[in-house]
Amino acid sequence: MIELQDLHKSFGDREVLKGISATFENGRTNLIIGQSGSGKTVLMKNIVGLFTPDSGKILYDGRNFVNMTSKERVMLRREMGMIFQSAALFDSMSVLENVMFPLDMFSDDNRTDRIKRAKFCLERVNLTGAEDKFPGEISGGMQKRVAIARAIALNPKYLFCDEPNSGLDPKTSLVIDELIHGITEEYDMTTIINTHDMNSVMGIGEHIIYLYEGRLEWTGTKDEVMSTTNERLTSFIFASDLLRKVKDMNQ
Amino acid sequence: MFLTNIITTFGDYLCLMKRVMSLPERWRMFLKQYIQEMAALGVDSIGIVLLISFFIGAVICIQIKLNIASPWMPAFTTGYTTREILLLEFSSSIMCLILAGKVGSNIASEIGTMRVTQQIDALEIMGVNSASFIILPKIMALVTMIPMLVIFSIVFGFIGAYATALLGVLTVDDLTLGLQHDFNQWYIWASIIKSIVFAFIISSVSSYHGYNVEGGSFNVGKASTDAVVSSSVLILFADIFLTQLLS
Repeated sequence: MIELQDLHKSFGDREVLKGISATFENGRTNLIIGQSGSGKTVLMKNIVGLFTPDSGKILYDGRNFVNMTSKERVMLRREMGMIFQSAALFDSMSVLENVMFPLDMFSDDNRTDRIKRAKFCLERVNLTGAEDKFPGEISGGMQKRVAIARAIALNPKYLFCDEPNSGLDPKTSLVIDELIHGITEEYDMTTIINTHDMNSVMGIGEHIIYLYEGRLEWTGTKDEVMSTTNERLTSFIFASDLLRKVKDMNQ
Repeated sequence: MFLTNIITTFGDYLCLMKRVMSLPERWRMFLKQYIQEMAALGVDSIGIVLLISFFIGAVICIQIKLNIASPWMPAFTTGYTTREILLLEFSSSIMCLILAGKVGSNIASEIGTMRVTQQIDALEIMGVNSASFIILPKIMALVTMIPMLVIFSIVFGFIGAYATALLGVLTVDDLTLGLQHDFNQWYIWASIIKSIVFAFIISSVSSYHGYNVEGGSFNVGKASTDAVVSSSVLILFADIFLTQLLS
C-alpha cells in the first residue's frame, strides 16, 4: 500500500502539487487522471523519487520514502517497477537483454536461471520470438510489453505506469491495460497508472483519483465516474463526444 | 554572472564526478560495458587516427623539407623536426582535439538521448546509480584506449614521413638519422601522460553535457556541440600546463 500525506511541490513561484493526500491499495489498479498540466506527472515523479516533495509524506507500507537515506531509497527502488510513456527501453540491448537487465544487476541467480526468468516474463506479456530483436525493430505496442516484462522481472511490490497507452491504437491500448490489470491481481502489486485515456478509466479504473490544478478533486471507482456530479470531472470525462453519447444512451 | 555560471557548472561537474567515481554495483556488468566502450570509443577510432596521422606525418615532413632547405642545415633536420612535432604535440594534443570531436560528440549525444528518452530515469527507478553505470565505463575505456591510439598515431606519422621518401622529398637514410638523432624516451612517456589527462577531459566533460540535457533532440544536438567546444578548450588549457610541467 502507498499512502500520500499532504504532498506539496513547487517549481519557483509555481505550486504544482497543493497538498495531495491519497491511498493506493495492494492488488488494485489505481489511476491518476487529470488534464494536461494538472500535476499528474509531477505527482508520479514525486512518488517514485525522481522529484523530492517540498513537504508531506510518501509512505510505502508505512516506510516514509521522503526521509529515507540514499541507501534505503536504493533498496526500496528494487521493489519498484516502472513503465514509462516512451517505454524507455535500452536501445543498445536486445529485447531479452532489456528484460534481463534488472536480473543481471540485482539477482544472484546464475545466467541460465536469469535467462529462464526473462523468457518467462516475455511469455507472460505474450512476446515470445522477439528475444533477439532490438527496440528499434519492434512496434510501439511490443515495446510497451517489453517494458512491462522488464518491470515485473524482479517481482516488484509496486508498479508505476506513466501514460502506458500513449501513442498506441485503441486495440493495443486495451491489450496493455488488461496486461497491467492482470499482472496487478496476479502478483498482488500496488499499481499506479498515470493516464488521461478514458478507455483505461472505464476498463481498469478500480480506484481513480482526479487531479485539478494540483489538488485532489475527486476519488472513486470507474462505476462512480459515470454518475458523478462533480462538474470539473464531468467536463473532463465527457469532453469526448463519444463518451457523452454513451452516457446519454445509458440514461 | 559569467564567473558565477562557471563556478556553478564546475560545482555540478564535481558533484557528478563524485557519483561517477563509485565502485560498480555489478562487476560483470561493468566489465561487459567497459569492453563494449573500448570497442565503440577506441577501436572504432583507429581508422581515422591512422589515416590522419599518416597524411599529417607526410605533410609535416614535406613542409619542413621545403621551408628549411638550406645548405647550412644538416640533412637529418627534417626527420628530427618531424619526430619532435609528432611526439610532442601532434600525436598527443592535436590527435586528442580531433578525438574530442569524434568521441566527445558521440558520448554527449548518446547519454543525452538516454536522458530525453527516460532511459536514465528508468535506471534510477531500478535503484541503479545511473551516473556511475553509464559514465564510469566510458571514462575507463577512453583512458585505456587513447594512449594506445597515441602510439598508433606516432607510428603511422613516421610511416607517412617515410612515404615521402618514396616521392623523393628526402632519402630514407637522412630521415632515419633524423628520427633517431638525440632521441629522448621521456617524450613518449610525456605524450602518454598528456593523452591520459586529455582522455579523462574528453570523456568526463562530454558525459557531463550529455547527462544534464533537458528537453528534446534540439538540446541533445546543443549538448553535443557544447561537449566538443568545452573539451577542446579544456584540452588546450591543460596542454599548456602539462607541457610546462612535463618538459
